[in-house]
Amino acid sequence: MNVRSQVSMVFHLDKCIGCHTCSIACKNIWTDRKGTEYMWWNNVETKPGTGFPTAWEDQEKYNGGWKVEDGTLALRSQSRTKSVVNMFHHPNLPTLDDYYHPWTYDYKNLFDAPEGSDQPIARPISMVTGEPVAIESGPNWDDDLGGSPVYAEHDRNLEGLSEEQRQQLFAVERLVFFYFPRICNHCLNPACVAACPSGALYKRGEDGIVLVDQTRCRAWRACIAACPYKKVYFNWSTGKSEKCILCFPRLETGQAPACFHSCVGRIRYLGVLLYDADRLEEAASRPDDELVEAQRSLILDPFDPQVIAAAAANGVHDSVIESAQRSPVYQFVKVWKVALPPHIEYRTMPMLFYVPPMAPVMANRGQGVVDSVSDDLFHDIEAARVPLQFLGNLFGAGHDAKVRYALRKQKAVRWHRRAETVGDVDRATADRMLREADCTAEEAEAIYRLTSLCTFEERFVIPPMHREEALQMLEEPMEHKQAAGFGFIKAPRRGV
Amino acid sequence: MPKQTIRWIRDEDKASLRGWEEFYRNRWQHDKVVRSTHGVNCTGGCTWQIYVKDGIVTWEMQGLDYPPLQDGIPPYEPRGCQRGISYSWYLYSPIRVRYPYVRGALLDLWKAARGEHDDPVEAWASLVESPEKRQRWQVARGKGGFRRFDWETALEIIAASNLYTIRKYGPDRIAGFSPIPAMSMISYASGARYLQLIGGVSLSFYDWYCDLPPASPELWGEQTDVQESADWYNAKLLAVMGSNLNMTRTPDCHFAAEARHNGTKMWVFAPDFNQVAKYADEWMSINAGQDGAWWMAVNHVLLTEMHHEQQVPYFLDYAKRYTDAPLLVELVEEGGAWRPGRLLRANRLEAYGGVEHGDWQFLMWDATDGRPKMPVGSVGFRWSQEKGKWNLKLEDGLTGEAIDPALTFLEGGPVGGDGDVAVAFDDFGEGRTLTRHVPVRRVALAGGRTATVATVYDLMMAQYGVGRGLAGDYPASYDDETRPYTPAWSERYTGLGRDTLIRFAREWGETARLTNGKCTIIIGAGINHWYHNNLMYRAAMNALMFCGCVGVNGGGLAHYVGQEKLAPAEPWSAIAFGRDWHPAARLQNAPSWHYIHTDQWRYERDFTDYHTVPPSNGRPSLAKGHTADIQVKAVRNGWLPFYPQFSRNPLDVVAEAEAAGAATPEEIVSHTVEALRSRSLGFAVADPDAEENWPRVWFIWRGNALMSSAKGHEYFLHHYLGTHTNKLADEVAGDSVREIAWHEHAPSGKMDLVVDLNFRMDTSALYSDIVLPAATFYEKADLNSTDLHSFIHPLSAAVPPSWESKSDWQIFRAIARKLSELAPRHFPEPVKDMVAVPLQHDTEAEIAQPVLRDWFAGEVEPVPGKTMPALKVVTRDYRNIYRQFISFGPLVRSGGLGAHGTRYGVEDVYDEAVRVGPRQQWDGQAYPSLHDDEHVCNAILQFASVTNGELAYRSYRRMEERVGLPLAHLAEKSRSVRTDYKGIQTRPFRFVNSPMWSGLVDEGRPYSPFTYNVECLVPWRTLTGRQHFYLDHEGYIDFGEHLPTYKPKPQPKDYADLRVSREEGPTLTLNYLTPHGKWHIHSTYGDTNRMMTLSRGIEPLWLSDKDAAEIGIDDNDWVEVHNDHGVVVTRAVVSARIPRGVCIQYHSPERTLGVPKSPLRGHRRAGGHNSLTRTRLKPNLMVGGYGQFTFHFNYWGPTGANRDTHVLVRKLPALVW
Repeated sequence: MNVRSQVSMVFHLDKCIGCHTCSIACKNIWTDRKGTEYMWWNNVETKPGTGFPTAWEDQEKYNGGWKVEDGTLALRSQSRTKSVVNMFHHPNLPTLDDYYHPWTYDYKNLFDAPEGSDQPIARPISMVTGEPVAIESGPNWDDDLGGSPVYAEHDRNLEGLSEEQRQQLFAVERLVFFYFPRICNHCLNPACVAACPSGALYKRGEDGIVLVDQTRCRAWRACIAACPYKKVYFNWSTGKSEKCILCFPRLETGQAPACFHSCVGRIRYLGVLLYDADRLEEAASRPDDELVEAQRSLILDPFDPQVIAAAAANGVHDSVIESAQRSPVYQFVKVWKVALPPHIEYRTMPMLFYVPPMAPVMANRGQGVVDSVSDDLFHDIEAARVPLQFLGNLFGAGHDAKVRYALRKQKAVRWHRRAETVGDVDRATADRMLREADCTAEEAEAIYRLTSLCTFEERFVIPPMHREEALQMLEEPMEHKQAAGFGFIKAPRRGV
Repeated sequence: MPKQTIRWIRDEDKASLRGWEEFYRNRWQHDKVVRSTHGVNCTGGCTWQIYVKDGIVTWEMQGLDYPPLQDGIPPYEPRGCQRGISYSWYLYSPIRVRYPYVRGALLDLWKAARGEHDDPVEAWASLVESPEKRQRWQVARGKGGFRRFDWETALEIIAASNLYTIRKYGPDRIAGFSPIPAMSMISYASGARYLQLIGGVSLSFYDWYCDLPPASPELWGEQTDVQESADWYNAKLLAVMGSNLNMTRTPDCHFAAEARHNGTKMWVFAPDFNQVAKYADEWMSINAGQDGAWWMAVNHVLLTEMHHEQQVPYFLDYAKRYTDAPLLVELVEEGGAWRPGRLLRANRLEAYGGVEHGDWQFLMWDATDGRPKMPVGSVGFRWSQEKGKWNLKLEDGLTGEAIDPALTFLEGGPVGGDGDVAVAFDDFGEGRTLTRHVPVRRVALAGGRTATVATVYDLMMAQYGVGRGLAGDYPASYDDETRPYTPAWSERYTGLGRDTLIRFAREWGETARLTNGKCTIIIGAGINHWYHNNLMYRAAMNALMFCGCVGVNGGGLAHYVGQEKLAPAEPWSAIAFGRDWHPAARLQNAPSWHYIHTDQWRYERDFTDYHTVPPSNGRPSLAKGHTADIQVKAVRNGWLPFYPQFSRNPLDVVAEAEAAGAATPEEIVSHTVEALRSRSLGFAVADPDAEENWPRVWFIWRGNALMSSAKGHEYFLHHYLGTHTNKLADEVAGDSVREIAWHEHAPSGKMDLVVDLNFRMDTSALYSDIVLPAATFYEKADLNSTDLHSFIHPLSAAVPPSWESKSDWQIFRAIARKLSELAPRHFPEPVKDMVAVPLQHDTEAEIAQPVLRDWFAGEVEPVPGKTMPALKVVTRDYRNIYRQFISFGPLVRSGGLGAHGTRYGVEDVYDEAVRVGPRQQWDGQAYPSLHDDEHVCNAILQFASVTNGELAYRSYRRMEERVGLPLAHLAEKSRSVRTDYKGIQTRPFRFVNSPMWSGLVDEGRPYSPFTYNVECLVPWRTLTGRQHFYLDHEGYIDFGEHLPTYKPKPQPKDYADLRVSREEGPTLTLNYLTPHGKWHIHSTYGDTNRMMTLSRGIEPLWLSDKDAAEIGIDDNDWVEVHNDHGVVVTRAVVSARIPRGVCIQYHSPERTLGVPKSPLRGHRRAGGHNSLTRTRLKPNLMVGGYGQFTFHFNYWGPTGANRDTHVLVRKLPALVW
């Protein structure tokens, strides 16, 4: 057993507002510079939709992530034998059209326009060239579109839906959308790291955060091609790749990452998971339908004395083990099994998990009027507007069993709380719902509390980072205290 | 050391290779964090931490330190949305107004005039008295040509224009608009205070935005009082309609999302699959604007099943004590049919003949004693000499006997009756009259006559169509489509099935029964902006009242649009409206002002063209004619304010009276009344297009008065500004109006000067004459509160005002100083001003007009403050405006403070403030200082009952006298609580209980309105002291709105949006909806690079895919949207989530950003969303002097409805910039 600690995340999609506060919290701090205009380390997508960059889930086109070749894992983006030959050629990289052309407006004209015969305006202009541009795409172009024939219809996750199901998604009876916020998944098996010819990417030993070293990066951009989530971006100004850093300067000071802190829907959770790195390759090589379970099996019980001993032996700090024991992520992912990894079939073992969303009941149109299809107080998940297959494609490698389980449990918690707080549902019905959802009343209470009543401290259990120990490898912490901040800031330079 | 893992993963722990991580750590480092918030009109009221690095604001993050509420309620953290977190972009952005700017044409003329005139006032006179010169800068408005200039010149032009206007036309020709004070209350107060000290006019906002829900004053006597969002969590059924929580209640939305996981059922009603629909258990794709029909039918089911077939004790008890359901209504026979008339007054009975305010006392039938009794708690008891009987005890006000109210006289019911009579009910949907039998009693009146009476409850049963075995046009069953208001009937309007409606109603009733009222309706602009919004709201509110959901935690009407509760209102309103110096303020309801002054009234005929009213059958009725005529009548009768008041300068009106020998204020007033009666003095509202009656100078600050809120923007451009316009409509009112003077040619360019205070170059700034650089929300001290939560927040200066900007308080202080400097030459002595104010809510004027009588028609004597506006003589000292501005004046100390009818003394607090300082001393007196923004913050926190527990305690004590029940215990625990500006900078401060608010918040209890009324038996501030199902004002009877009812939507052809416009090429006619959007708060943030990037770079027009396909429009195509009012050119977004027949342009884009020209308007620049709207006022909302139908600023009056608008949409043939 090779026990490691990983700062991991849960996004509760049922609660997501789609407000994008997270995106801007991140942008304000990290990607508001020249060269980063188009970068959205955190973005929020509307599903069904094609996302950002457009159609990133289309691995036929982008060849991101891993495949199993001759029983072993291999990057889809580069053949191991040909990687050197192909070093300068990346047919799989997204182009500017797949992102967007960043723009601003000629605001100054509103102040400076001389008196004329008509009202002056600020025209859209390119942030790159300063010339007028026509705005044809953006980082959130299909926001709230739902049934759009241009975008939603091309969502890869509609695969496997019947033609009728697809058609109905564009009719009022079944129409639906929900939000899908995304950051770097800080994967256990990160394709970006594996792909880098310069060794500039690494996964931090102490917390699993995946970083691009801004001094070692040589602009090969292999990481961008390899990441199936397209969460590494190329800074055209510095010539370095950049990506979500999980706000490590904030984590190191005991603060939640900016996008977590700012999540006004309170959908985000963060905490440590302990996992067994020895079994990683084997787990990541399993057949698609076993992957969710395989990943879950890597996650270790932080209360198990053997795990604790192995973790300690591996240098995991006491306080981090304690933190893992209080981790909300552990509850959602491992104990309750209601949070699932996105596109586990990419086999990067993402460490960001999603609680799938409930959705309104379907309707039908008879005699010219619309009625709900179910008379239940809380309709069954089969009657919800989001097809289970769609969610299965997103969160179950094409299989909907895990999604079904997670949704059933959420619904059962609601029946349970209804019985407790109103009384129009009798206890027996609520108990039956719980039983069918593999849930006890105690577990339902715990799920309800962490979902609804959670405080900031319960959502984000940040492990002590022990910076003094990390620094000690570089210099005496006392010296650091005395000299911190003195010196000249040197920006990264292209090619160096 | 961990073992190495998969070989291609480099588990980097070599120290030397980790040094580069400083790159990102350096970015995170900062120098200072300061608490502030956003003074923007979103009702969010979020606390923010502003990060400063190297003396520059770099970013902001939400504050998290809200004190927790009671156990079992999710915490408030974090609050703050995508828009708020973008704000720091503005500070150093290219759209920031860094310096004062002026229209070049004006500056050139000014410089020349100053060369000729030593006195700036004379220089201004030389410009505005020359039509050519005046027009020179008017036509240039909005067409560029700005020049940076200096503060000194700016102040001089502004002060000179003000003094000139005061001297020539009167101070009531100077007006100011600034919205929603709560969001930054000191900044609001700055301009309002300046205006009120000089005698100018403050324009309202809440009603103008059409955010005021008139049904709230109608039914509850309250502007709006709503639960803080945490209380949604207590609801067990949430019905969300016309409110898109994700989008507009972003920081609060989680309470709804989280409630669901606690077993709450959530229904969402919206025509489009909107953002909040994703949370719904059931999304009801209701036809736009038909929510009223839904709720009328829901009430039909609730009354049938929960009140008639089953009688839920909680519901019945609630109806008896807290609503007017048991009150007696007199039925009147008219042309052979009975009709519901007025509430029967107690003094009509022998037993109560002599009671005080007998016209304002009402009757219930006592079931035990079998006779009518007069309950305490009515408005009559509120204003009686005898104190202690204004409460909701079921007790007779004369005898003290207990009352056991009978709800019904139904045969076989608990008390029975005297049979039933056939009563006529209007069915506006079908345009017919129905006859339904109603059980009655005969009541002996004094003088031997008999009245036929029914209970309000029985009338509700009849109106909602619950037959209960009675004869008449009652529906046979739920499936009866031919009679209103059955589930089957509602289908044709709502498009939703009857089975679902019945199921909803049952879930509603059952949830309320089991939880004692925990059903909440979250409602907003999506409903409230329709012309008949009051009826839609009222139907929904009735469902709450029938099931005891009002005044309980987890229940009630959660309306959140625009009003943002200004919690510390008492001292604030004294400061803002200059009440510390003057007893009367000029507060104008903006809907009336803009409707009249922008001449929108000229572009429509009789309101009955589109507003369905009952047949008058020949009797006199308020419900006919032209809206403008009713407006004139409303001003004359004291129902509504209007400024300018008179056809002459109000300073001259006093001078004339004095010249005629009037010496005392009473004599001056009498002289003025005579002048009005003899028609020698006219009301300006009756001839608004006469030059002497125009508004002349307009201040705009904190708002986008010329775009976001300018319903009828193109009319503003023409009639106010005198510049280009894209309207086509024709002026058709000439043959329709009787009272208001018709000029063949309407004036263009009424405004001499428009001054805008702004931090960004928005549309209002672009069209103004002078733009003054205002400090941003991170550069000044201010206060912020809201109804969405119960905390008060500071705005703080993280950095000083950048470049040449100043806070609003500093700017108006500077204007006041300059005016005082220039004044002695023109006003060497104090002068007297005649101020006309309408009859006021929460004063004895609530019982001024028991019947409709017009003194102007000789039907009654003109009595100021009773049958006509109150007239007050106010002395103004223009030399000392600045000193008054910076000093908290003496009337506060002598008169105390209060709001909503409360009052408390503050002598000791005032004296302490003078003693401790900071203070101002002049002319031998000392005053608490209001010089600095922070001084004003502290004065408010010190003198308000919600932030100074001792004052709340005093206010309860005072209220106990009127109510006659113990109340002061509510403040006992918080009596010693106080805070100050530094205190709230440290941590959000939660308000304490105060009698000016109706919710109780002690011990972390979430605020829910009217819990004070329900639990402490304090009456609602209505006619009867109870919640009203029935509205017996004569005007309401004329309009057929005495009963809750359904009125059809105005049709496009009748509404005159499309009289002149023609289809060119493939075109659709669509209902134009402008709900609040995702990427802006009105127009703020919508021009930031952040929000534009995350949206489509423009505010697009959302269309249904099927509609779009029909006229060949693809996603992101340019479209031209037009009607008689104007034109918009934007891009289309095509989605099946939009239903056919409507289009949405989210409120509100600027016309300054990325807007091309319009081929249909000769390639002039296209407009903004309000280019397609105009306003229409609902006349029955103009009545006054009668219980809750009595004017209060932003509280009562017609609202600026604009949602029923229709437009033509086509593909833009050619893109021209």
